[in-house]
Amino acid sequence: MTRLLVGPFNRVEGDLEVSLEVADGQVREARVNATMYRGFEQILQGKHPLDALVYVPRICGICSVTQSVAAARALAAACGVTPPPNGVLLTNLMLACENAADHLTHFYLFFMPDFTREVYADRAWHAQVQQRFSTVAGEHAREAVAVRQRWMHIMGTLGGKWPHTQSIVPGGSTRGISSSERYRLGARVAEMRGFLERVLYATPLEEMIALDSEEALAQWCEREPLRGDLRLFLSIAQELGLETLGRGPDLTLSYGAFAEHDGAYAMAPGVWNGHSLQAVNIEKITEDARHAWLADHGTALPPAVGLTQPNMNKPEAYTWNKAPRLDGQVLETGALARQLANGQPLIRALWQRSRGNVLTRVLARSLELAQLVLLAEHYLRTLVPGATCCVDSYLPDHADVYGLCEAARGSLGHWLSIRDGRIANYQIIAPTSWNFSPRDSLGTPGALEAALVGAPVAEGDKTPVAVQHIVRSFDPCMVCTVH
Amino acid sequence: MREPAFNVLWLQSGGCGGCSMSLLCADTADFRGQLRQAGINLLWHPSLSLETGQELLEVLEDCLIGKTALHALCVEGSILRGPEGTGHFHLLAGTQIPMMTWVRRLSAVAQHVLAMGTCAAFGGITAAGSNPTDACGLQYEGDQAGGLLGSDWRSRVGLPVINVAGCPTHPGWVLETLAALAGPQPMQADQLDALARPRFYSDELVHHGCTRNEYYEYKASAEAPGDLGCMMENRGCKGTQAHADCNIRLWNGEGSCIRGGYACISCTEPGFEEPGHRFDQTPKVAGIPIGLPTDMHKAWFVALASLSKSATPKRVKLNATSSHIVVAPTIKKTRLK
Repeated sequence: MTRLLVGPFNRVEGDLEVSLEVADGQVREARVNATMYRGFEQILQGKHPLDALVYVPRICGICSVTQSVAAARALAAACGVTPPPNGVLLTNLMLACENAADHLTHFYLFFMPDFTREVYADRAWHAQVQQRFSTVAGEHAREAVAVRQRWMHIMGTLGGKWPHTQSIVPGGSTRGISSSERYRLGARVAEMRGFLERVLYATPLEEMIALDSEEALAQWCEREPLRGDLRLFLSIAQELGLETLGRGPDLTLSYGAFAEHDGAYAMAPGVWNGHSLQAVNIEKITEDARHAWLADHGTALPPAVGLTQPNMNKPEAYTWNKAPRLDGQVLETGALARQLANGQPLIRALWQRSRGNVLTRVLARSLELAQLVLLAEHYLRTLVPGATCCVDSYLPDHADVYGLCEAARGSLGHWLSIRDGRIANYQIIAPTSWNFSPRDSLGTPGALEAALVGAPVAEGDKTPVAVQHIVRSFDPCMVCTVH
Repeated sequence: MREPAFNVLWLQSGGCGGCSMSLLCADTADFRGQLRQAGINLLWHPSLSLETGQELLEVLEDCLIGKTALHALCVEGSILRGPEGTGHFHLLAGTQIPMMTWVRRLSAVAQHVLAMGTCAAFGGITAAGSNPTDACGLQYEGDQAGGLLGSDWRSRVGLPVINVAGCPTHPGWVLETLAALAGPQPMQADQLDALARPRFYSDELVHHGCTRNEYYEYKASAEAPGDLGCMMENRGCKGTQAHADCNIRLWNGEGSCIRGGYACISCTEPGFEEPGHRFDQTPKVAGIPIGLPTDMHKAWFVALASLSKSATPKRVKLNATSSHIVVAPTIKKTRLK
């Protein structure tokens, strides 16, 4: 058995280290270390509750708006306020904008470049992949960055800037929209649609989200082989067997995304177990700090009474991340989990056979990207220029509340206690806190830790490419994870 | 075109990665092309480079031993010195070595060192509250010179750490600073302000170009979130004091914080993270905001404010407390009679 310390991992958000036990050319055991601690939960103690709207987006530069939304929802629950329909639409539009940008960034900048590596130089597709995705000159990657910055004009107009807006507040949005601005933003959305339909899918968005079975997917691939970057990825995935790489847990989690004013979700919430969709019992969520450099009081705690206090003197600790569990279970979260909860038939069929893996995660994200752009179009159409976007809200001196949201990479929750008008406790469980969780007190590994077992490691390879595919397939955000 | 020769290395320390994400929003149809055109060779960047793990460590090693010339070291995020000076709150993955040690070593071999964003410049958000990680900037701790490298530290070309402050920093500030350093007439000390920020953006105030100028002139103030009026009197806006050109160059197309409907929190300034008051409320003494416009005498401000309040047109007054324009300006004949 040899030990391999892999890091620093780039093309993930933040700093990540993976420790591997390798034998017979395979990973036998993996431990995931989120290597940086900043202490937002300590920083927030004693602050005015509304000041959270300045601090929490700054937990993360890539999931910034989702952090704002989770905080605004917790604060809205404390205030007992409901944003007006236009405020909900504007917030949803910004969420769709951020999540779509993140999916695009993941595919073009973070994930696909690994197939340009020398280890694949003898593959028939290598030259094609290099031309499209090379980090230096990849033509499609460059185009994706260009279309992304134009797409982010939605954020500039509605949020003032991205990342780190303060336009999202408990009562809605501080920024209204005029009909001429709606027209201009509509043009940006059309640019994104154009790019996706030409370069990523080579197919209309509506047709992409309608793919409803493995046969339909196969027919779509055969229709115009290799046209569009997603078909290229799928053919690579088939050749390299990415469906057998990085198997995730048997349960997935989504808090539900894009709640509309009437409470209905565009993407349903739920825990998917392969047979049925269970309601998410928020009360059953706990965090176990046994293997974190954090005080653990010997037991897993629900986030409503959670604790974050650094403690370096713990021999069993190997990360700054706690281990979130739902009723003691390990769950995977992300676009895959959302598509499963929402009943996307193709994704459900693939998951039934092979669970979460490098292929299903990337495919679910790609299909969701089409859905997000369609949602953005819908929100823009539905907005009423000139209508109220925000109502004023009044904070109580005392409250115990939470706010939930779906970030691009999965379920995000903020738990807030207010005492004497100040923040008494603030606990955050981020998507990658779930996916890149350490072992819990029972020694059960987190989702990535289990997914890495069995990954092939070539003799002498210090940064195994299969490990990189698996890690990046989760689209991890390490700065959110520990915060 | 000549090969880009100005080597830039970008590392992330104790921050959120938002300055990198902001950088990707640069207003260009070809991001890589723009770097190239400025003569910049991106040696390594966390989001934009292939090299990972061992490959990256080789890039760093080559800089340290002088095999690769390190022209600009860009650091994003605060330096986490805790606990108890060990730097263990952030060990660079795969190395077991504190990030602060890597930054110190690489700073010694770099021609220029740049703090990208307010965290790296002054400590920023990560240093807020009880500052649990003992976070600081590269050469500042809040507004006090010092930080990781110390106030006397100078780069190999004799400049202090260049503080491209902002939370996040603006992609234009980053690219124009790097382009200036890479250009034929490199930046001199007099092109930096007293806090070592590039003056091309820090000699402006956020107030300059503010679309709420008419409300400001008449002290017609916003009261609730989303109101159109001036946010200085009630809603905590520091645009008249914050050094930056946010309302001139704009963000993500047409944006700025104020245009997004919320106050400027002065994120380019040291200590913005702990203002000593609610971010969305203006602290006042006897009804007068404590933070008066930069370079303005208090007596004049009070006199002008009371005069302009009495002169406020009804239109401006009504619109100031609305979320949309409720009274349009009168149409006037603009020809001479």
